[in-house]
Order: sequence, then C-alpha cells, then structure tokens
Amino acid sequence: MLNRQGRPTQAGEGESQHHETFTGNRALEQIEPLIFEIGHHETTGVDIEKPAPFASRLGKHARQGEIGLPGLSEPEAMRHYVRLSQKNYGIDTGLFPLGSCTMKHNARLNEKMARLPGFADVHPLQPVSTVPGALELMLELARYLMTLTGMPAVALSPKAGAHGEACGMMAIKAAIAARGEGATRNVVLVPESAHGTNPATAALVGFSVKPVPARPDGTVAVEDVRALLGPEVAAIMLTNPNTCGIFEPQIVEIAAAMHAAGAYFYCDGANFNAIVGKARPGDLGVDAMHINLHKTFSTPHGGGGPGAGPVVLSERLAPFAPVPFIHVEKGKSRLVEHKADAPAGNDPFGRMTAFHGQMGMYVRALAYMLSHGADGMKQASEDAVLNANYIRAGLADLMSLPFPDHPSMHEALFDDDWLKGTGVSTLDFAKAMIDEGYHPMTVYFPLVVHGAMLIEPTESESKASLDLFIATLRDLAMAARGNDKSRFTSAPHHAPIRRLDETRAARQPVLKWERPAPVQQAAE
Amino acid sequence: MADTRYTKDHEYIRIEGDTGTVGITDYAQGQLGDVVFVELPALGKALSKGGEAAVVESVKAASEVYAPVSGEVVAVNSELEAAPGTVNEDPAGKGWFVKLRLADASELDGLMSEAEYQDYIKTL
Amino acid sequence: MRYLPLTETDREDMLARIGVPDVDALFSDVPRGKLLEQLLDLPRAKGELEVERILGRMSAKNTAAGSVPFFVGAGAYKHHVPATVDHLIQRSEFLTSYTPYQPEIAQGTLQYLFEFQTQVAALTGMEVANASMYDGSTGTAEAVLMAHRVTRRRKAVLSGGLHPHYAQVVETLSGMADDEVVALAPDVRAGEDILGQIDDSVSCVVVQSPDVFGNLRDLKPIAEKAHAHGALLIAVFTEVVSLGAVTPPGAQDADIVVGEGQSIGNALNFGGPYVGLFAAKAKYVRQMPGRLCGETVDADGRRGFVLTLSTREQHIRRDKATSNICTNSGLCVLAFTIHMTLLGQAGLTRLAEVNHANAVKLADLLAGVNGVEVLNESFFNEFTVKLARPAAQVAEALAEKGILAGVPVSRLIPGAGLDDLLIVANTEVNTDEDRAALVAALKEVL
Repeated sequence: MLNRQGRPTQAGEGESQHHETFTGNRALEQIEPLIFEIGHHETTGVDIEKPAPFASRLGKHARQGEIGLPGLSEPEAMRHYVRLSQKNYGIDTGLFPLGSCTMKHNARLNEKMARLPGFADVHPLQPVSTVPGALELMLELARYLMTLTGMPAVALSPKAGAHGEACGMMAIKAAIAARGEGATRNVVLVPESAHGTNPATAALVGFSVKPVPARPDGTVAVEDVRALLGPEVAAIMLTNPNTCGIFEPQIVEIAAAMHAAGAYFYCDGANFNAIVGKARPGDLGVDAMHINLHKTFSTPHGGGGPGAGPVVLSERLAPFAPVPFIHVEKGKSRLVEHKADAPAGNDPFGRMTAFHGQMGMYVRALAYMLSHGADGMKQASEDAVLNANYIRAGLADLMSLPFPDHPSMHEALFDDDWLKGTGVSTLDFAKAMIDEGYHPMTVYFPLVVHGAMLIEPTESESKASLDLFIATLRDLAMAARGNDKSRFTSAPHHAPIRRLDETRAARQPVLKWERPAPVQQAAE
Repeated sequence: MADTRYTKDHEYIRIEGDTGTVGITDYAQGQLGDVVFVELPALGKALSKGGEAAVVESVKAASEVYAPVSGEVVAVNSELEAAPGTVNEDPAGKGWFVKLRLADASELDGLMSEAEYQDYIKTL
Repeated sequence: MRYLPLTETDREDMLARIGVPDVDALFSDVPRGKLLEQLLDLPRAKGELEVERILGRMSAKNTAAGSVPFFVGAGAYKHHVPATVDHLIQRSEFLTSYTPYQPEIAQGTLQYLFEFQTQVAALTGMEVANASMYDGSTGTAEAVLMAHRVTRRRKAVLSGGLHPHYAQVVETLSGMADDEVVALAPDVRAGEDILGQIDDSVSCVVVQSPDVFGNLRDLKPIAEKAHAHGALLIAVFTEVVSLGAVTPPGAQDADIVVGEGQSIGNALNFGGPYVGLFAAKAKYVRQMPGRLCGETVDADGRRGFVLTLSTREQHIRRDKATSNICTNSGLCVLAFTIHMTLLGQAGLTRLAEVNHANAVKLADLLAGVNGVEVLNESFFNEFTVKLARPAAQVAEALAEKGILAGVPVSRLIPGAGLDDLLIVANTEVNTDEDRAALVAALKEVL
C-alpha cells in the first residue's frame, strides 16, 4: 500500500512578506485587552464556600452597591498575565545595561529561600519567642553588611534606596539636633551629578539644598566643597562611585573636610556593586550609606520593586538609628520596638515603617552573600568593573567619552557629542538598540552630561555576550554616522508597540479604565 | 510700538504702557519640548524681579519662570490650563503667561534687546 | 562561582584589550591604602545545597503561621493566596525587569500597573490611584505631606484608632520638617472627639477604619467638618479585604485614601515587602507622590501605556519633588492585581463575608469565656478583647501551647495602661477547630 501521509517539508516558497493578520496578533505576540474588557462581575477564579447565615456585626457600615471589579476564571487569568509578561524585557531575556540600576542575574535559589515558611509565613507581631530564626537571619545579614562596608552599625528597616537615604539623613538631623545645632545647621550639599533622590530626600527631611558644581573631569573637588562649607552646612550627599561611573578620587579629603566643619558625609550607595570586597566605605570616612539590596545583592528588581535600603551608620550616628532594631548584649539578642526600650546611650530618632523592614529581601540578599562568599563578592565586583571597561574600550573610538581621564568603575558613560550633525539623538539610538534585542542603557542621566548614555553590563555577562553587544553598538554607531537615519528615528520597529505619545498622556491624563459611554443612536 | 526685552533665563517681557506681558521665548519652548502643564500665580500677587512667577512643565522637564522685573500680577493666561500646547505653538503671542504692572520701569534697563538676545542664544 | 561567566582566560584577554596589566589598575582612583588587599573576614562561596542547609535551619526555628491556630493581625493578615499568583509573579519577564523606563518593551508591567490603579480606585471609591507606595505606613506619612501641600497648612490630627506604628511613622517624617502632629490618645472604643480637634489651622485628619482595635468608623461627619474648615480627610485601612464588605472611604467623601494591600496576594514576610495603596480625588493628582501609569497611543495609533505626570517626581523635580520615592513595590503590586483579578468583586465579596462570619463566630465564642470581654460594637475580621490577665503573658502562654492568639496592645502601646487588651484577628484560613483550640487554651490560661 502506498503510504499517503507524506507532507511538504521544505521551507516554503517566496519572499517573507508582512501580512496584516485578522486578529492583529503576530504569532507569539498577542494583543491583550484589559481585565476590565474581558472579565465579568459575576466571574471569579477563587472558590470560597458561602458561610452559614450569621448576624452581621458591621452595623451601619455594610457596603451598599457594587464595587465594579470584574473577575477572571483561573485559565483566563493565567493566559492574561502570561501574555502581558511576554511584552516585557527582563534580565533573563538579554543584556540589560541600565546604568545605575545593576541589573545582574537573579538566582532562583534566593526566591526559593525567601519562600521557606519560616520566613515568608511569619507575622511581624507574633511573639518574639516564636521567631528566633528571623532575628538570627537579620543579625547575620547585618554582620555581612557591616563587614562589607567596614561600618559599626546598620539600620535594616528602610524599604528601598530612597527610604534608606531618608533614614540616613534623619539620623544626621537627629545627631545635629542632639548637639544643639538643629536650628542653624540646615543646608545639605548635593553635587549636580547626583541622583534626583538625593536633593528630594534632603528636602523631605527638612534641609535646604546647595548644589556642588561638577568639575570638567566628572568628579567632585575638595576645594569646591570647602568653598561651600560653613556653620550652616549639615552634610554632603555624595554618590561613590559617582553617577559618571568614577570613583571619587578625593573622597577621603572631602570626608575629612566635612568632619572638620562639623558636618557629616552621607554616601549614596547605589553603585556599591563596583567596590564590594575591594574598598570599604568605613575606611573612606562615610557616616551613613544606604545599600540597595535589589541592586548590589540581586533581590531582584521585580518590575520596579520591592527594594530594600538598609543604612550602615558610623559610630557617631549609630545611637540615633530608628526602631525597631535588634540589640545584642552578652550574646543575647533583644528586639527593641520602642524608644523607651532602647539601651542606654541610644536615642532612636523614630520609626521608618510599620514593621521590621523587607524581610523577604533580607533572605534573598543573605542567600546571595552566602552563595558568593567573600571571594565571590570580590570577584563579582572585579568582573563588573572589567566588563564595563571592556565595553568602553570596544566603543571609545566611535562614541565619545566625556571623562576619558578616569577609568570607569562598573559603568561606562558616553555623551552624544559623537552624534552631532547626524540627526540621531540619544533617544533614537536607545530605541534602535531595542530592535537589536537589547534593553537600552540609562539615557539622559547623569544630567551633567549632554545626551548621556550610561552603560552598566554587570558581572553577569559572558565575554561572548559582551563581544556581540559591542559589535552591535559599533554597527549602530556606524549606521548613525552614515545615512541610515530611518533605522533610528522611527525605532523601535520590532517591539510589541511603537513609540508612545507621552505628550498626550501628560496633557490629558487617563489614569484608570473607564467604561466606554454607550454608543448613541445617530440623531435623525 | 511695543518694546520686548529678554532675560538670560529665556523669559520675555513685552511692554505696553505700565504693564508687561511675560512669557518664555521660542528658543525656551523648543528646549523644553511639548509643554503639558503650566502653573500660574494668583492674581494680585506681588512678584519681585527674579522671583518665581510660574512653573512650566513638559513631559521630561520642569522649569520655573522668573519675573523679569518686579510688579503685580494683573492678568494670567488661564487658557493655558486647558491648552498648554499653546506655549509651543505661539510662545510670543497666545502662549503668554502673566501680565505685570511694573513696579520700577528702570529694572528693564538690565534686560536684553531682541538683537542682543538673538546673539546670546547663538552662544549656547 | 556559578553566577560568574568569565573564565580566567577571558579576564586576561579583556585586560589586554583594555590595555591594563591587572584589574587593580582599573581601581587606580581608589585612594592609596584604601584598596583592600585581602579578603574580608566572611565565609567563602558555597553551593546551593549548603546555602539551603544554612537558611533552612534558620527558617525551621520560626513558628510559621500556617502551622498553628493563628489569630495575629493588627496591620498584617494571614490569608490564602491562590497558587496561580506565585507562579505568575516568578515569570522571568516580571521578576527580572525593572521600572518601565522604555515603555515599548515594558507594556506588560505598564498594563498591570494601569489595571492595579483602576482596581484600587474602584475598591476605595476614589477617582485616581497611584502605582503603589512601600506599605500602608509610609503611604500614610506621605499622605500627610501631600495634604500639607494641598492646604498650605502644616498641622495633622491623628485619630487614636490609627495603628500606633503608622502614627509613629507620620510623627517621624513630619517632625523632620517641623510640621505639627496632634496624636489623640489610644481610642479603644471609638469614642474620641475628633471633630472637636478640627479648626482652620488643621491641614488634615487621619482616621483608620477598621481602626487598629477593629472598630468600624463613620468617616462622613469627619469629612464634612474637615471640609468646612478647609482641611482634608485622610482615610486609612490596614485590612484591604474589609473593602469587600464595608462602605468605602470614597463614598464617605475622603480626600486621600491610604491602605496596606498585603492581604491580597502577598505573604506575611515578617513585615515586608508589602504594598501601599494610595488613592485621591482627581483634583489633587498633581500633588500625589509616587508613580502614575497613564493610557496613550503609539505612533500607529494603538493603545499603550506609559509612566506619566513625572514632573512631580524626584528624577525631574529634585528638591521640589512631591516625594523622594523611586523604586516602589512593583512585584507586590503584581501579586495584588493578579489575586484581585482572580477574586473579582464576586470573590472579594465572598471572601470578606467569610472573614466577617469567622470573626463573628470567634467573638461569640470568646464572649462566653470567663475573664474575656469583647469590646467592639462593630468590627470586620478583627476585634479587641479585655482579659483578666495581662495580654502579653496570655499570648506567651498560648504560644507555648502552640497557639498564636493575637497582638497584645501593650506590644504596640506600652505603658498606657492597656496591658489587659488583646487584638484578635480571624480570617478565612481559620477553622472551627482553630477557634475551639483557642477557646479551650484560653480557659486553661486565664
């Protein structure tokens, strides 16, 4: 018998063509409506048994009327969110060189550990006697953080980097008040290159901000700082390595100048990943520094948080650390939740958050630290710096470096000088990278550099990955300098969606879904 | 004929009698990008030269608009609330911000003329 | 080291390409003597198995809520989270992405933020909601600052039913800017005269409902009096499931609503990470802290989403920003929004009904125990009982019997003479057996 199951097995005929599809979908790329457009008010994906009749104790407070929230069955919900996920770029998708954000690999061991019931399923207010392992974990994390930074104390509770900044600046404010200078020392120096959170934090905590000019080489000069010092200066907020990716060469002198003037040195630790195991902030004269656990210790970024921002503190600031904290005396640990319970010599400035901070992030960070060890963390920093400088070396002849006189630390900063006259902007260049399968670098930050492009590859990239990235950027750079403008100015061409009208979004804000008005019959 | 004077912060003031109409220059609107929001001062507010008169926001930037000279706010362009894009389309005309009754006309002397301002922006 | 792809050969080749002899040459800006020459005094790298052993041992020392009859609440609640939620939030594209700075490749994040904002607005009955704060307590402190910006006044009045830790967070932040805070005395039976505190100097009144003692509060008269004096009402909740059963603050004319969203989608986590819900009247949107996601169109006219009204934020406005917040609670938002989508209003209403029914059952049972008095006239899934012995001792004794009975008020407010009060929560996870065990153990201990 002839077997009639044969089918065409070659690659098909003709040129690839771009067909509009009936659905608007493009194979794996699915258009996905909002839940409000596909769900129903009577649908639910959670089965809960109706309780037996009972006498309500809600009094006059019982809700009247509908909430107005649709539900989805479980298969619908699963499909909805899987499809949404497919419109996102993550570290697991590809190289994510977002400068200042340290998009390194997120180990799934850390996720697994954070979900252990003894960490995930414990309540912040259950009896302290039932959570000794939680206190042990926090103390162990604190020990690692203090050792890595060379600082004598750490306040764990801040919920993210900016919250940690606030915590550190509040400790400084409290220390100044304790010296009786609260009314007069109210100015904080912030370099022009700083993250926006620094001046915002200083203002939040009740300081006024005085900018420190940027030097032409991308660093802060001690003489510029000295020129601004006076009895009204409370602190400087300085990022190190700084936002241009440079280790501040005069950091020790700046710290000394601050201290000599009776002021404090707050270090923004967003870029700590460059120096873990290589240099300790405590050796540089730092009084307070927050550590972004989601950056340096990979806890992960989660689409914009949750972060965690523990703050290491110097001897002079430690007594003012906020509640709650764990006090260890003679080998016994005690959870201090109220100012009145603080050990002698401590004067907590207050409370940052309802509970003990980001326990779920502490577990992940400690899992990272245990996995890497002292040797692995040092190697990670070296590799992060090596990778950034390798990219810099591979692009420096085509793209312009605003600060060629200093080696880069963990991130390489370029400006847009090399794009002058091409008709291609930093933004266009970034959007063209999307078409090549990369997440763009940080653009237009730091503000002290025109059209900034800040590339932070992290230690998670292999040499092969870096080589392809460099080759891609070189190809794009050549195209930008050639006459291939359309590759840039209308990019991205291959993303799930094209460039969005941000002007419209801001001029006529639509911040939630509204039921469309019923279609009116045309008037006769 | 109205005389228009300019500041280094890219405000203009067009003088008609004892009042001046303040806005931002065409160069400034181009640097800001699409204006999406304008915050105007209260009528009757006394502004001093160099003090904050208004705030203008684009999608990615926000700038204070400073009073080029001292004076009392006698009118604000409330049409900008609904149509902030007018600042981009017609900065010297319908995109004005406030009208001031001048407190001291001699303060105008320190400002740039049209020609001086055009030379100034060439240096930027 | 399993996380580091570079080989020794790679490193040598790369150093050669860069043109430096060794990696320390790249650290040449580190001041002399400050570059560490030796490894820090910490253990060396470990394999997965070893790390699991170490952390597993620590975890095992804690009593997990799910392993015992569990009635602890007062700001964080044990609820059941559908398996779908944790699966979805661990998808790489959600877990390993970041703030959607490039909207063309972050529509997944942006769309769920938009869905979240819509859900929070609907739940609270408000016009606009932001894309989250760190938690309810920090959100409350930010709400007070926002009210100060709106009213141009600097005095906040805090109800004695506000969670004491929330009040402390408000006082800490407000104190730094020398703003005035009037915190009323602990108000166990919801009898305080908060209306008497409102005058033309007040910027905002902060009232929690259900309050920390479990009482439901009537917000409408407070809103009316506040508005008559040009002040704002900030309504706070710590148990978002309550909104499935009670009148939302928006229907009582609250101006700003702040809440803890942990109950939906998020684990207890010993206090964090959680997710702060933040909603307001639309006219105040430009004074709101935090990120906002908005709808727009792309170059082809297709609907898409972007972060918007960003000029409020620190990266543009710097020291004039509405807040210093940057990273928020993205993944917790996602967990919230998935769980809420699974529930829908049908499921949420049912969930709230079960919570309330269980709490009523427990209150009735406890009322029959000698030495126990239930203090609340109204409550949702949590109430306060007065015990014949100090509550901290009772809670400790019950913990030894393997029952986590609630939060002694003295833990939250020490030295206020409230040592005999225990706050008891009861959610859908509690069974009749749990309640019977609590009642039996209480009888033994009291």
